[in-house]
Amino acid sequence: MPDRSTLLRVEHLRKVYESAAGEVEAIGDISFTMSAGELVCIVGPSGCGKTTLLKCLAGLLRPTSGLVEMDGSPVTGPNPTMAVVFQEYGRSLYPWLTVRANVELPLRHKKLSRAERDTLVADAIEAVGLPHAARSHPWELSGGMQQRVAIARAIAYQPEVLIMDEPFAAVDAQTRADLEDLVRELHGTRKISTVFVTHDIDESVYLGERVLMLSSSPTWVQEDLPIDLPPERDQLTTRALPRFTELRTHVYDQIQRAKRGSAAAPQSAH
Amino acid sequence: MTTHTGRIGPAPRPRGAGVRIASGFTFALGLPFLCVVAWGIWSTRSTNQFFPGPVTIFEAFVDTWAGRAIVDDVLPSLSRLAFGLVASIVVGVAAGTVIGLARWLRELLEPLLEFFRAIPPPVLIPVGMLLLGPTDTMKVVVIVSGAIWPVLLNTIEGVRATDSVMTETANSFQITRWERLWFLVLPAASPRIMTGVRQGLSVALILMVISEMFFSSSGLGYRIAYFQRNYLVAEMWSGILLLGLIGVLLAVVFGFVERRVLRWYHGMREVTRA
Amino acid sequence: MSVLSTRRLRFLRKLLLGIAGLVAFLVAWQLTPTLGVVNSQYLPYVTDVFTRLFEEFRDVAFWRRLGLTMTSWAIGLTVATLAALVLGTIVGLVPWLRRATHTMVEFLRPIPSVALIPLAVLLYGLQMRAALVIIVYASFWQVFVQVIYGVADVDTVARDTARSFGLTRRERLSYLVLPTALPYLMTGLRLAAAVALILAITAEMVIGNPGLGRMIELSRSAGDATGVYAFVVVTGLLGLAVNIVFRFVERRTLGWHQSVRGEEIR
Repeated sequence: MPDRSTLLRVEHLRKVYESAAGEVEAIGDISFTMSAGELVCIVGPSGCGKTTLLKCLAGLLRPTSGLVEMDGSPVTGPNPTMAVVFQEYGRSLYPWLTVRANVELPLRHKKLSRAERDTLVADAIEAVGLPHAARSHPWELSGGMQQRVAIARAIAYQPEVLIMDEPFAAVDAQTRADLEDLVRELHGTRKISTVFVTHDIDESVYLGERVLMLSSSPTWVQEDLPIDLPPERDQLTTRALPRFTELRTHVYDQIQRAKRGSAAAPQSAH
Repeated sequence: MTTHTGRIGPAPRPRGAGVRIASGFTFALGLPFLCVVAWGIWSTRSTNQFFPGPVTIFEAFVDTWAGRAIVDDVLPSLSRLAFGLVASIVVGVAAGTVIGLARWLRELLEPLLEFFRAIPPPVLIPVGMLLLGPTDTMKVVVIVSGAIWPVLLNTIEGVRATDSVMTETANSFQITRWERLWFLVLPAASPRIMTGVRQGLSVALILMVISEMFFSSSGLGYRIAYFQRNYLVAEMWSGILLLGLIGVLLAVVFGFVERRVLRWYHGMREVTRA
Repeated sequence: MSVLSTRRLRFLRKLLLGIAGLVAFLVAWQLTPTLGVVNSQYLPYVTDVFTRLFEEFRDVAFWRRLGLTMTSWAIGLTVATLAALVLGTIVGLVPWLRRATHTMVEFLRPIPSVALIPLAVLLYGLQMRAALVIIVYASFWQVFVQVIYGVADVDTVARDTARSFGLTRRERLSYLVLPTALPYLMTGLRLAAAVALILAITAEMVIGNPGLGRMIELSRSAGDATGVYAFVVVTGLLGLAVNIVFRFVERRTLGWHQSVRGEEIR
């Protein structure tokens, strides 16, 4: 057992939706744990309920059954230990606020002095590399920069867990590479536990210390793969490593099997 | 193969700034100036007593409105208008926000609101006369009862339509209810609200004019009607001109305010359109 | 349970709440003069108003006057729309005309047409003609502005395509410009219809040509409060009817078109 404590525990999570076509079992049975300071990536075929899982983790959705526990206590709603970075940055940042005001907004209701708040905000904006853009409005910035603002907002909030929902899906490939490195850097310097959901297999292997592969609906954890690549990663060299190729091929394989639905489900324990 | 959509041949030389400004002016003032001149010429020729020449009207304008009339008639009219507008906006936005946020309330009130909105505003004047008599209060109440609907209904629509991702973001960061109202709901609804205010502005002006023209013994509208009844044609025209200027002034002021308040909105639209 | 019942449930809830609101309002209205909050001379009982309303519905004279109101509405709206369509198309298609007329339009538009009532009365006396002038003036601007937007909204690529294929001006007009401008025209028509109704009734109220508005004013000066309220209800219903019809027409013509119209914010 690693000496880091378990931060996040998910046990037999199940979520059922009502839709026009009847009941939809978005999540069948998901269980995993995450230790403090880990960077866990979650991949799966489209429509496998990744976003639903994230929302349950973040307390934005109530699971139908099962348990989500943070620091030993159950998650019943959004709480200050978790911050979310959404995929649609254009609709998540408020266009009438400046970058600085956007980052500051979640901190307003926390019991902090003005000086503390200002420091946190300036710090976060600096960390994502946007100190010159603090007075701009989000729509004046490029997509990649807007997502950086969203990340800054999340880390300024000082959560214990950073939850990212396919944050770079809507961004071009070059920007995505920069942002991936940003995430790794933030994780390295600040040691924030991060749950990173993506559909990009290469990204998940490049970023993660572990990769959770989800099956298709009804979703369960098909495999929990530790990534034994060196912690200092680099877009060029790491991706050229033979081990990287092995790992990504393996993940790709699993996802294909998940799409075909040919992997066997575990004994269900509803 | 390219398609030629313009002239074929060398492009015209770019015009200097002086020419641009001059042409801008010509376009802005050219047609009105021509119209005034044409009217002047026509009025000296024609014997129609209802269309005096521009010079006559201008003289009447200065005689009538530069002086006591401003204090006695114009200022009270405008202050009633202002009062009514401010009340409409404050009540309309406040009530609209409450109603827009509570779905049950909205569904409860919707048929009523739709009906009241459909009543032609000037029709409320006789009702106001019945309930309050030909008083100043009546005039303000009538203005409010007409101008409040566009503000109220547009606020409700704007508040309803808050983007779901933005709301979810607010939820995930546990933003307090008041912060949410001030930093999310109202700013997001502000474009819609401004539309409502603009419509309310024109309704208020109409109600001010009518209630004074036909149901009052003072005010700008009353003066104009008085001139008409006494066949003081040039004075009547000057009054109409003044009313037109007030209308234009209100529109310009509103334009400034709107551009300031919605600076982010216009900026955003420009960027997405580019 | 399938969600079909949820949807139906939601609709039912909306319906019931709406009816409840309406009923609550009527009850409050009835109670106000009953409890003496306002004298029933100024705020008659709901029951009285509705009784009077149904009496009027049985009276031929009422329908005749209503017909007069709707006639001036229809004539005014038609004239305004045709004029605005022609002028708006011309101005919209010729850029320098747009610039030249911009100042005048921006000055004339905000003038409340009711300000012209004294002038109209001077020119045409206390008759329907005077009312028509006012109705046309106000409705014209609504359609005019929308047509200009619509004509200007023609997609440049589509236009270049048309020209490169050698379509004549008339063909371009009917196959390109008009369909683009159509949704805008419909929006303008809906707005103008509402404005025309308001002014038709207002003109009758103040000029005195026969119609619904005149009925309201006569009732008021005779102290017939029940009549006033009854006719106000009629105007509300009329306004609703016009709004519903024109929204329907607008939505139908809009079905295939996905342009963004300039009614909202400018």
